[in-house]
Amino acid sequence: MSDASLAAQPRRHRPMMAELNILLVLVGISLTFEILGWITQGQSFLGNWQRLSIMILQVSVVGIIAIGVTQVIISGGIDLSSGSIVGATAMVSMSLAQAAGYERAVYPALTGLPVLVPLLVGLLFGLLCGIINGALIAYTRIPPFIATLGMMVTARGFAKWYTKGQPISFPSDSFAAIGKGMMPVVIFLVVALIFHVALKYTRYGKFTYAIGANPQAARVSGINVERQLVKIYAVAGLLSALAGIVVAARGLTAQAGMGTMYELDAIAMAVIGGVSLTGGRGSILGTMIGMVIFGVIISGFTFLRLDAYYQEMIKGVIIVAAVVADVYRQKKRKKV
Amino acid sequence: MLDRTGAWQGEFILEVDNITKEFPGVKALDGVQLKIRPGTVHALMGENGAGKSTLMKIIAGVYTPDGGEVRFAGQPLSVKTPLDALNSGIAMIHQELNLMNWMTVAENIWIRREPLNRLGLVDHGRMRQMTADLLGRLNIRLDPDAQVSDLTVAQKQMVEIAKAVSYNSDVLIMDEPTSAITEAEVEHLFAIIRDLKSRGIGIVYITHKMNELFEIADEFTVFRDGKYVGTHPSSSVTRDDIIRMMVGREITEMFPKIDCEIGETILEVRNLTLPGVFHDVSFNVRKGEILGIAGLVGSKRSNVAEAIFGVHPAPLGDILIDGRHARITCPSDAMAHGMAFLTEDRKETGCFLILDCLENIQSALITRGHVKNGFLDQKTITAKAEEMAATLRVKTPNLFERVENLSGGNQQKLLIARWLLTEPRILILDEPTRGIDVGAKSEIHRLITGLAAQGVAIVMISSEMPEVLGMSDRIMVMHEGHVSGFLNRDEATQVKIMSLAAK
Repeated sequence: MSDASLAAQPRRHRPMMAELNILLVLVGISLTFEILGWITQGQSFLGNWQRLSIMILQVSVVGIIAIGVTQVIISGGIDLSSGSIVGATAMVSMSLAQAAGYERAVYPALTGLPVLVPLLVGLLFGLLCGIINGALIAYTRIPPFIATLGMMVTARGFAKWYTKGQPISFPSDSFAAIGKGMMPVVIFLVVALIFHVALKYTRYGKFTYAIGANPQAARVSGINVERQLVKIYAVAGLLSALAGIVVAARGLTAQAGMGTMYELDAIAMAVIGGVSLTGGRGSILGTMIGMVIFGVIISGFTFLRLDAYYQEMIKGVIIVAAVVADVYRQKKRKKV
Repeated sequence: MLDRTGAWQGEFILEVDNITKEFPGVKALDGVQLKIRPGTVHALMGENGAGKSTLMKIIAGVYTPDGGEVRFAGQPLSVKTPLDALNSGIAMIHQELNLMNWMTVAENIWIRREPLNRLGLVDHGRMRQMTADLLGRLNIRLDPDAQVSDLTVAQKQMVEIAKAVSYNSDVLIMDEPTSAITEAEVEHLFAIIRDLKSRGIGIVYITHKMNELFEIADEFTVFRDGKYVGTHPSSSVTRDDIIRMMVGREITEMFPKIDCEIGETILEVRNLTLPGVFHDVSFNVRKGEILGIAGLVGSKRSNVAEAIFGVHPAPLGDILIDGRHARITCPSDAMAHGMAFLTEDRKETGCFLILDCLENIQSALITRGHVKNGFLDQKTITAKAEEMAATLRVKTPNLFERVENLSGGNQQKLLIARWLLTEPRILILDEPTRGIDVGAKSEIHRLITGLAAQGVAIVMISSEMPEVLGMSDRIMVMHEGHVSGFLNRDEATQVKIMSLAAK
């Protein structure tokens, strides 16, 4: 055969570049708080183990959702329903988790059930919501924004209707244990590890990236795009439900309004973590760094005794800045 | 090879028999046939719209046929999805690139077939090795870990080819595989094809390029207007025979062309070049003249029109209007010079489908003037729009009808009305009658020749041979971004045009 070499070899793909960039942002923000801490408070921001663990605890519930949302966004979609699924699942699972003999229980005949019952029913509920999202998107071809917006409103309505707006309380000790202490962090880490592996080392992950990068190419490569989309949204629903169970267990009560705006925080974490809203790019590791950036900002502002209002404003600026930075990085890459 | 089909010993590996496919309003394929022998390259030839790509998409499971049968190794083949086709041993390189950006070369090639380790996880090491082996065997020098978004178009095309080969299929379909690659890579591709041939694979090769046909193909089949014309061994025919088969239709339509006085040059284009797209395009159009531009898909005719109108300006070369240099960086510059441009795809780049007729007609007019005290002078605009719609006989209950409810022909008339309201001196028409019925077609033809008679200089890009021949005073033929020749009205024939268009 002729040796028709293809002159210019492209640069070798450096897989962790994007994550490294975000990590630098995280280090920069943390150091800023550290310096401001010494100047204004006379103490260290990072050198306080308790503060750091509370910081992670605060964001780990939304972090669980962000893992599911990350794979949805990588596939080129969006999930607005996660916060509402948190609220609805919290209600459903708590109603089956009430302590034995509690007279004002939602189902007086169903108190003191083994913890597996509320856990499984809650997870199944979220899975079902996710499957509905996925099936609508894959088979009716309505945009993910609309399908999940519908689920967002419907699930929130369901949560309110479930007890006509009444909160549900008094869970069994074993259910409460799901949210105790650092349990949410542990659950988050396990979920993150599973999905890090799933996205990087399984066909499930490869298909997800492929669909986000070029759905037509995925189809002609023989991938069943519709089925894969249903799976992706089902997983997102399942993880939202898990977050709902953790929130309810931790608060020892479930309210219909739980999880409001979580979907947007989760999307923001993913976006700050370098997950591209046009699909095909991003990683669990990136989202995890994005989540920690969120945590640092929240606890940093509290530490500096600044108004919570500033937090929100800075958060908004960082979300936009992260995407602008990403667009510029892509442009630069093209030119080289 | 052929282990899936066991002891199969027939003559043809793939047989297409009497396939018919209809799209709304068009019969894309009308009882065509195609028979592929193992270990040969079979070229499929035809003009634009002859139905080649449609048939390939049917074989690859992208479309389902309305009638007829495809047999693979003697057995009827039913493919409903691309996966079915791959599983039955048919791989395809599509005309457009189908790669996943942001993923690596290795991931793109082995998607859905990734090697797994004992834990069921993707074995990246082995996948890299498999890719290196495959690329090595095909002599393609690419890093398996390179990200596809960083590759050049030619490199991407080579990845597509490697991916198609990796399926180890019995039939490989290549739809215009050389449209994006250079001479050296074409040689490389042919070396790969010869190797595949020697291993007994049947190859369907779709091309517009005559010289490629004689270099690589053993047999060829010609389609014309969705119909089967014939199959011959490529050793027994000449280039001219094939061209005659491709264009051999009777021209029965009558064109209302009026011979009118042709005046001085209005538009002159000198050495216009958009690197990598078209090169050294020079022509001029005179007052009252209709210049037809003919060429096959990939001849970049539309790109030239877009460059002149400032949609994608070309960095090199000159555009002169009335003998003076014109700097055109965007469409409004072009409009200021009296140009109008009817785009190729009326649904994508022409109409505002969900807006009403009036909004569609006035959109070009209101970019200039017609404002009173900061408000649109709607009364005058509406009056002009109504008059123009009536002149062009746009069939609509009133101007408040949504454009999507109009027929294709009326949409096209509406778009012409939009541009005529700007009173252009130079009118560029890109496929002015594509996909519209015969009646509307001849009305538009009458309109075009009438405009020329009024002294408008007209540039008309058309893929319909009779239209080009019937309407043009002069014909410019393009081939892959270059002007390959000019023909005067009295000397132009279908065969001459096709010889210039398909080098």
